Amino acid sequence: MLASRHIMTMDDVTAEEIVHILDTAESFAEVNQRRIKKLPTLRGRTIVNLFFEPSTRTRMSFEIASKRLSADGVNFTASSSATVKGETLLDTAKTLAAMSCDLVVVRHKYAGAPQMLAEVMDCSIVNGGDGVHQHPTQALLDLYTMRQSLGKLEGLRVGIVGDICHSRVAGSLVPALRKVGATPIIIGPPTLMPARPDVLGAEVAYDLDEVLPSLDVAYLLRVQFERAARMPFPSNREYASLYGMNAARLAKLPPHAVVMHPGPMNRGVEITADVADSARSVILDQVESGVAVRMAVMYLLLGGADSGAAA
Amino acid sequence: MALLLKGGRVVDPAMGLDAVLDIVVRDGVIVEVGEDLTIPKGETIDCAEKVVLPGLADVHVHLREPGREYKETIASGTRAAAHGGFTAVACMPNTDPVCDSGSKVRFIVERAAAEGAVRVYPIGAITKRQEGEQLAEIGDMIAEGAVAFSDDGKGIQSAGMTRVAMDYIKRFGAPMIAHCEDESLAENGVVNEGVVSTRMGLPGIPDVAEETMVARDIALAELTGCRLHLAHLSTAGSLELVRAAKARGVKVTCEVTPHHLFLDEDALVGYDTNLKMNPPLRTAADREALVAGLLEGTVDCIATDHAPHAVHEKELEFELAPFGTTGLETALSLVNTHLVATGKMTWSQVAQLMCHGPREAVGLPAMRLEAGMPADITIVDPEARVEVTAEWFASKGRNSAFLGANLLGKASDVLVGGKWALKNGKVAG
Repeated sequence: MLASRHIMTMDDVTAEEIVHILDTAESFAEVNQRRIKKLPTLRGRTIVNLFFEPSTRTRMSFEIASKRLSADGVNFTASSSATVKGETLLDTAKTLAAMSCDLVVVRHKYAGAPQMLAEVMDCSIVNGGDGVHQHPTQALLDLYTMRQSLGKLEGLRVGIVGDICHSRVAGSLVPALRKVGATPIIIGPPTLMPARPDVLGAEVAYDLDEVLPSLDVAYLLRVQFERAARMPFPSNREYASLYGMNAARLAKLPPHAVVMHPGPMNRGVEITADVADSARSVILDQVESGVAVRMAVMYLLLGGADSGAAA
Repeated sequence: MALLLKGGRVVDPAMGLDAVLDIVVRDGVIVEVGEDLTIPKGETIDCAEKVVLPGLADVHVHLREPGREYKETIASGTRAAAHGGFTAVACMPNTDPVCDSGSKVRFIVERAAAEGAVRVYPIGAITKRQEGEQLAEIGDMIAEGAVAFSDDGKGIQSAGMTRVAMDYIKRFGAPMIAHCEDESLAENGVVNEGVVSTRMGLPGIPDVAEETMVARDIALAELTGCRLHLAHLSTAGSLELVRAAKARGVKVTCEVTPHHLFLDEDALVGYDTNLKMNPPLRTAADREALVAGLLEGTVDCIATDHAPHAVHEKELEFELAPFGTTGLETALSLVNTHLVATGKMTWSQVAQLMCHGPREAVGLPAMRLEAGMPADITIVDPEARVEVTAEWFASKGRNSAFLGANLLGKASDVLVGGKWALKNGKVAG
C-alpha cells in the first residue's frame, strides 16, 4: 500500500515508498522472465489507459503491465474517442467515472490534467506524462535501472543533459533523485533551462565536458523541437558538438558510469549510434524495467499487498 | 424628489471632508452637505456607522457586449458594478466586433443609457480590430463619447505604431491606456515565470515582458507628450519605472488590480483556472511593492480588470482556459478587509484611489460630495460580512479568484444621479 491514492507527481511518494516500489518491481521483474508472464493479482480490476497524446512505449508498457497482473485493460486514445467531437477533459473524466474503473493512467499534452481527473473521478490516477510537468513512472523506472546497474542510489551523481525546460522526465527525475539521496545535475545551454532550477532541486552546469568525469550516470534527453517557440541553439551540429554524447565523451566518464535515455532518441543529435548501442548504454534496460515498475505501481495503488505476495 | 443621507461618515479628500455629516439630494443633484440638515418631505436614509464616499469608478472592465453576451452584458455588468459599490465603469473595447468606430461606441452609449445600472464610459480601440497595424477612427469615437483609447487584451507590439497612436491621440487630449506585454517574451506563457512555472510545469510569462513595454511606452509618452495610463501593472520593476517617470514630470498614470494586490503566485497550489489572469499573479515581493506603491501614491488608482467568462470556458486544462477573473463585486470589500480594516489605508485614500484617481487618469467626469454635483454616491457598511460564493454575484461571470473568501465591508447603497442603483445591499431593478 502507498499513502497516496494517486501518483501524479513525485510529491505523492516518500523516499521509503520509492524503495518499496522498486523492491516490489524486482519481484515482478522475475515474473517477466518466466515463460508464462501472468499473475492473477489484479483480476477483476479495470485499468484505463487514457492517452491524449501519441505514445508508443509508455502506453504499451502500461498496457503490458496491466495484462500481466490480469487486470482488464482498456485503451482510450484521443484520435479514436469523444475528444475529436469536442468533448472536454472533464466530461471524458466524468464519463469514465460513471463506468467505475479502478485506475486511470493519463497522458496529456497539458500540465495539471491528472489533477483535473482526480477532482472528478473516484479512482487512482497515475500520471503517464502531463505536458512539460511530470512523468513519475519514468523517474521510478529510471531509479530502478540505476539501482540495478550501479547497485545503489544514494550518493550517485546523475547528469541530465539537454532540453531540461521542456522535459517532464526531468521534472520528475530531479525530485526523485533528491528523495533517494542522489545528486541531480542538469546540463545544457541556458536556453533549455527551466526558469528556476533551484525549485526542482538540481545543480546547474552549462559545460558538459567539465562535469563528465564526476558522473555516475549520463542521462540524455531528446531535444523537443516541437515544444520550443524558437530554435534554442544555432544548429543540431553545434548542439551535438557541445552536448551530444559520443565515443570521446563516453571515454571521459568514469569506467563504471552508464548512459541512459528515456527515448525516443534522436540519433546523431543528443547521442551517437555507437554510444546508444554500446555496452555502457542501459537504454533497453530502462524499457524492460518500465513494465515491472508499472506493475508495482498498479499493484501497490490498488492495495495489492492485501491479495498476497507479489510473485 | 428629495433625499436626506443622515449621519454618515462623509469622506471626500477633494473637499477636505471626513466627518459625520448629512447630505441632501434633490432632483439628482447634491444640494447641501452639512450638519443637522432636514428636508420637509422626501426619503431619509439612516447612514449611521456607514461611510459615504463620492461615486466610485472602475476604469477597467470588460462588459463583453456586443458579441459575448453569454459571458456578460452591459445590463449584467453594470448591475455587478452597482453591487460592488461603483457608480461608473469604463469598458474595454475587446468585444466582438471590436469597439473601433464611432457607431460601435454609440451602440454602447445607447445600450448603457437604456439598460445600464451605473454610468458607462466606452474606451475605444487604438487600432482597427485591435490588430496593432492601423489607427482606428479616434476622432469619430471621441465624438460619440469614447473617453480613452486602448488595445487592452494585448499590447501594441510595434513601437512605431504606438508612437503614431500617441501622437494622434494627443490631439484630442484623451489618454492612451497601455496593456504592456511584449508577446515575443510572453509567448504562450500562462503563469509568472519563476518558481511556480517551474514547479507546475507551465509556460511562464517573465516580468520583463511587461517591464520592457512599460519602459518603451513611458519613453514614447515623453517623446510625444501624450497622456499615458498604464493598465494592470503587476511587477515591482514596472512601478519603479513609473516612479522615475513621474519624478521627471512625464504625464503617466497607472492602475493596479485587487488580485495583484491581494494574491500572489503562491496561491497557485493546484491548477485553479480562476487564478489564471494576464498579467499573471506575480511574486510576494511584487505584491508587496504594489501595495507600497498604492499607499505612497505612485499608483493612481485601483481598477479591477473585471473579466467575466462562462463556467464551461474556465473548466478546461490550465493552459487552454481563458485569462481573467471577475472583480467588480469584490474590489471594495477586499480593499477594506486588507487595507482599511487593518489600519494601512484611510477612507480618504480609498476615495482617492477608487474615485478621483481613476476618474482623472481615464478622463471620466469628476464627482465630489459638493453642492451642485450629480448625486453619484457610494455608501459603505464597513462592518458587513461577505462570503464570496458563486451564487452571490450579480455578474454573469462566476470566475472569481476570490471564490470562498470571507470579506469585511460591503457597499450597502449606491446612488447614480440621485437614483438607487443599490439599496440595502440589493441591486435595484
